[in-house]
Amino acid sequence: MKDGVNGVALAVFLLFFVAVTVMGFLAARWRAAENADNLDEWGLGGRSFGTWITWFLLGGDLYTAYTFVAVPAAIYAAGASGFFAVPYTILVYPLIFTFLPRLWSVSHKHGYVTTSDFVRGRFGSKGLSLAVAVTGILATMPYIALQLVGIQAVLDVMGIGGGENTNWFIKDLPLLIAFGVLAAYTYSSGLRAPALIAFVKDTLIYIVIAVAIIYIPIKLGGFDDIFAKAGDALSQKNPTTGQPRGALASGEKQQWAYATLALGSALALFMYPHSITATLSSRSREVIRRNTTILPLYSLMLGLLALLGFMAIAAGVKVENGQLAIPQLFENMFPDWFAGVAFAAIGIGALVPAAIMSIAAANLFTRNIYKDFLKPDATPAQETKVSKLVSLMVKVGALIFVLAMDKTVAINFQLLGGIWILQTFPALVGGLFTRWFHRWALLAGWAVGMIYGTAVAYGVPSPTNPSQKHFGGSADEIPGIGEIGYIGLTAFVLNVVVTVALTAILRAVKAPDGVDETSPSDYTADAGEPGVQAELPPATAGTPGGH
Amino acid sequence: MSDTSASPVRRPVVTPARVVIAFCLIVPFVAMLWVGSYAKVDPKLIGIPFFYWYQMLWVPVSTALTSVAYVLVRRERRARKEGGSA
Repeated sequence: MKDGVNGVALAVFLLFFVAVTVMGFLAARWRAAENADNLDEWGLGGRSFGTWITWFLLGGDLYTAYTFVAVPAAIYAAGASGFFAVPYTILVYPLIFTFLPRLWSVSHKHGYVTTSDFVRGRFGSKGLSLAVAVTGILATMPYIALQLVGIQAVLDVMGIGGGENTNWFIKDLPLLIAFGVLAAYTYSSGLRAPALIAFVKDTLIYIVIAVAIIYIPIKLGGFDDIFAKAGDALSQKNPTTGQPRGALASGEKQQWAYATLALGSALALFMYPHSITATLSSRSREVIRRNTTILPLYSLMLGLLALLGFMAIAAGVKVENGQLAIPQLFENMFPDWFAGVAFAAIGIGALVPAAIMSIAAANLFTRNIYKDFLKPDATPAQETKVSKLVSLMVKVGALIFVLAMDKTVAINFQLLGGIWILQTFPALVGGLFTRWFHRWALLAGWAVGMIYGTAVAYGVPSPTNPSQKHFGGSADEIPGIGEIGYIGLTAFVLNVVVTVALTAILRAVKAPDGVDETSPSDYTADAGEPGVQAELPPATAGTPGGH
Repeated sequence: MSDTSASPVRRPVVTPARVVIAFCLIVPFVAMLWVGSYAKVDPKLIGIPFFYWYQMLWVPVSTALTSVAYVLVRRERRARKEGGSA
């Protein structure tokens, strides 16, 4: 790392940062409704977004510091195995194509804002709905933490993260400031802020990628040279473990891990509350299907970005903390002003999803914990207020993850969240297609998956940091198969097995079934049909409808 | 698809269009999860090992497949709606 502050880069970075902050606060007035004091307004932007805004918004929360920092860092650290993110994002789209339109329809018919709303309506089970809500909030925190790690990486490389010997407060101060700004405009503008900033973010990101992917290979002598050098570097044996650092193509032993990480992540992605928030804020079912055909553009971008990991190796970037590899590559390769633009892209690329994620988690808390269990007669204004406060608390929770976990393998933050969130899949996606599963069986399956996943992940030590004994990785041996695989997917399979077996038993003994308030036609209804409005009144009992 | 005849009888659950839709949506899973089929370095494309360009090639391929599914689903829906109201 260069010593001192990179003044030009920092100035450019700050310029963009201030600009989006202003935009964030002004966003409250963008397409505003008369009454902003209800959750549909603050939390779903009035549910009026069309194909393009939805695309930006979904892209905004799917392609994050994860894409820009964590994935290339994983490649920088170990080569091919980090590339699983590309098949992961490829598989997401055929997957959501099948179930998201159904979720949109039933949600707009019944006014569901969260996945828990749906689960409660479908299975008539508050317990199951609570389980889904708690899981969603918990799983979101490490994902937000990943964003904060991304911002921190940029700040470090610009030289304002402080060195190793500055005290922790000075060291983390810029991060805390960025965090405070994010919290403030999310609080005041809700979902409109990230939706608006997402335009800036994506534009910046596309420019940076286009430049990086052409300019850096030319400077490094072409892809042949890059991969030749990277291949050499990856085949060097680690002196402590005696294993090579990685390989250019996934080896026999890593293929299970590669495939299960890709599949598990793909299954998990649209269980996250923030993905669902963006989906439900779209205007129609068609918007979603159309989006599944244009969103893959982002996957291509992700693939290109991942290759930056190899460029960092080839360019001789040497960093202790892999997360710094890409920002450092930019600093070394680009003129200062453009490095500033690139850093801004990464920083804003982390802020947007962090805002969306915290809003989504807050919606979950308010609708499915606060209203269902604590204060059933809350007014819309109270709901909005609680949501705003919880969005702050979720971010604080994320900060705790940042401080407590091994930051050198940031991709694990996201994978850890995935282990948890994946356990809500049977209730949500299963529920969208069949009512056969019994609510108690789903709850038991969820519990088994959660306990197994957490326990196994707890036992994985960090590969790079010997002092980190727990939560150091997301892959472990799959019982019965003996291959290394993604813990989340193993836990998910266990979950499904338990759910199916218990459902069969509970159905046989005729255990009382919950009331299903949905009907089959609800799942295919589209905007413009009777009973379906693009903008729904909140489905809250006692709420004066319409806004 | 030729199954849009407005016959008053109930439409079958499995139609040729639906088979094609399912095929389009399943193929990417088979291709991507079968890691052994592409875990190699050669042939290279402009210096990029096969492992990487092959997977990136699947982005447009799977997009095309999803688009086909999208068009077919929309057509089916429309046909069903007309069939239902007739």
